[in-house]
Amino acid sequence: MRNATADRDHGVVSPQPAYALPGAGGPSAPTLYRRPDRGLIGGVARGIGEHLHIRARWIRIGFVLLAFAGGLGIALYGAYWIVLPTAPDAGKGRFPQWLEYLVSGLAVAGALAASLTQGSVGGLFLPTLLACLGGALIWRQATGSDRVRMRRLSRNSLEAEGTASMGRLRLAAGAALVIGGAVLVLARADFTAIRDGLLAMAVTVIGLGLLTGPWWLGLVTQLGAERSERIRSQERADIAAHLHDSVLQTLALIQRNAESPREVARLARGQERELRTLLYGNRAVTGQLADLLRRAAAEVEDDYAVKVDVVLVGDTAIDADMAAAVDAAREAMVNAAKHSGVTTVSLYAEVEDDVADIFVRDRGAGFDVDEIADDRQGVRGSIIDRVERHGGSVTITSSPGSGAEVHIAMKLGSTK
Amino acid sequence: MTDSEAEAVRTPTVVLVDDHAMFRAGVRAELGQRVDVVGEAGDPSTALNVLRATRPDVVLLDVHMPDGGGLAVIEKVADSLPETRFLALSVSDAAEDVIALIRAGARGYVTKTISADDLADAVRRVADGDVVFSPRLAGFVLDAFRDAPVTPSVDADLDQLTPREREVLRLLARGYAYKEIAAELFISIKTVETHASNVLRKLQLSSRHQLTRWAADRRML
Repeated sequence: MRNATADRDHGVVSPQPAYALPGAGGPSAPTLYRRPDRGLIGGVARGIGEHLHIRARWIRIGFVLLAFAGGLGIALYGAYWIVLPTAPDAGKGRFPQWLEYLVSGLAVAGALAASLTQGSVGGLFLPTLLACLGGALIWRQATGSDRVRMRRLSRNSLEAEGTASMGRLRLAAGAALVIGGAVLVLARADFTAIRDGLLAMAVTVIGLGLLTGPWWLGLVTQLGAERSERIRSQERADIAAHLHDSVLQTLALIQRNAESPREVARLARGQERELRTLLYGNRAVTGQLADLLRRAAAEVEDDYAVKVDVVLVGDTAIDADMAAAVDAAREAMVNAAKHSGVTTVSLYAEVEDDVADIFVRDRGAGFDVDEIADDRQGVRGSIIDRVERHGGSVTITSSPGSGAEVHIAMKLGSTK
Repeated sequence: MTDSEAEAVRTPTVVLVDDHAMFRAGVRAELGQRVDVVGEAGDPSTALNVLRATRPDVVLLDVHMPDGGGLAVIEKVADSLPETRFLALSVSDAAEDVIALIRAGARGYVTKTISADDLADAVRRVADGDVVFSPRLAGFVLDAFRDAPVTPSVDADLDQLTPREREVLRLLARGYAYKEIAAELFISIKTVETHASNVLRKLQLSSRHQLTRWAADRRML
């Protein structure tokens, strides 16, 4: 998932070589550095120029022009000098470190003092200075992927890829509003001060919204898409994990036990049961008679490598009596699995208005019913006595060679 | 005994309809020489063509298939092939799917885990005009008639099972063979077969009956 995102980002960025740092390979973003070794004064203009792929000369002209706007250029230059780190591969500057900081600090302080005394442009000066510094700081703090996204989104807004005319219109409208807001502030028209300020602010905010709206929208939808994709892939991973844990493991076990048909059948049955539960859910309400009988049959299937044909008609809530009947039925199934010599046992249970009948039947060796009375503790203790203690009855039908059937009858709600 | 004589005279022709080729191959290999597999189909529309071309005695029909499943096949073919009988074969545990197929005209239902011998036997019995109740189907039918509304109706005997039929069904659900049921109830095998056929007929007709009554009730309101 994470890889996919990275690839997607990379796919967008790589066709734009201007944004790729030479030799960095991939979207690791270029950092804005000061180049004191190659600059004229502090290397600020050179650094910015290299970063934006613009000739340093134009940056310098910009600073000079801004210097006339109440000394803004000088203050900005000084501030950038302080804020921007020097390039790691840059040699030592021509001035000692402390001197650089002193000069830049003096520049900022001087410009600030000048603008405050000048007054008229001062209202514009301070916010602009702070905004530029803030921008520089944000840019420095941003991680590589943040920068990639910011660039892409600003490109979307400025280059208006896709619907070009629409994008240009949006850009023009946004820019016009921002400029309009600024002009209102500068002109200080004859409106009352508050309304003037509010209006200017509103216009500016709308303009900013138009300019950056697509960016926010893109951010939000991207977040939503990523989250739902994450949930989907998590579900896929869950199912894959389940299939691996159960089906693949079972198939591996089956291959290992290929010589033993009984074992193979046991594994396949267990797996079939598990898959059914996964696919169709457990339809029976937990704690009902049918559910407990089904579970008991499954346990016997697993433990004794036999197949239990379960047929259930009707259902009822479990109480102590029914629990005893289920235990007895389980014991009867175990007996059939152990002693009958056949691999199929039938379990049939029917719940009527006042009684539940459970039949466990096999077509195996069978036995003489009269002989079990004393020497077969399993049958006497775990089946007959257990059921009779709870007010039910047990009928065992069998003779050697004709299989056996255990019929357990238990009255409903006899405890009440 | 009469069964094996009939088999000696003629092995029933069978068409397998199942969307899993591997399962068809498995069944074909298992049945071997005991029946004559004359065709296979993997979906309902292919099945129609194969059935019309081969006119088999018995169709082994998967309940769950794409494009309507076994139900679609029976509904489209049953009228034009009155001699062909359908035996539903499924891994499904859903009673309503199985009952729907029986009501549409299938002569029995067995689960796919059935042994090869039992399957060959079931095919032969269906070909002879008998019905095949696997224990599970017997359980479904008991359930269906248990839940049926007990409102009095003109033709009430179609809406419920006789005590004897109920007894036969119970024994079927307990895993008894026809022969064992006959011995248990002191009746002939033929009588057991008759009871089973009657139960199937009631299952098929009672739905129609209930539907008509439901519609009539609605009109009266």
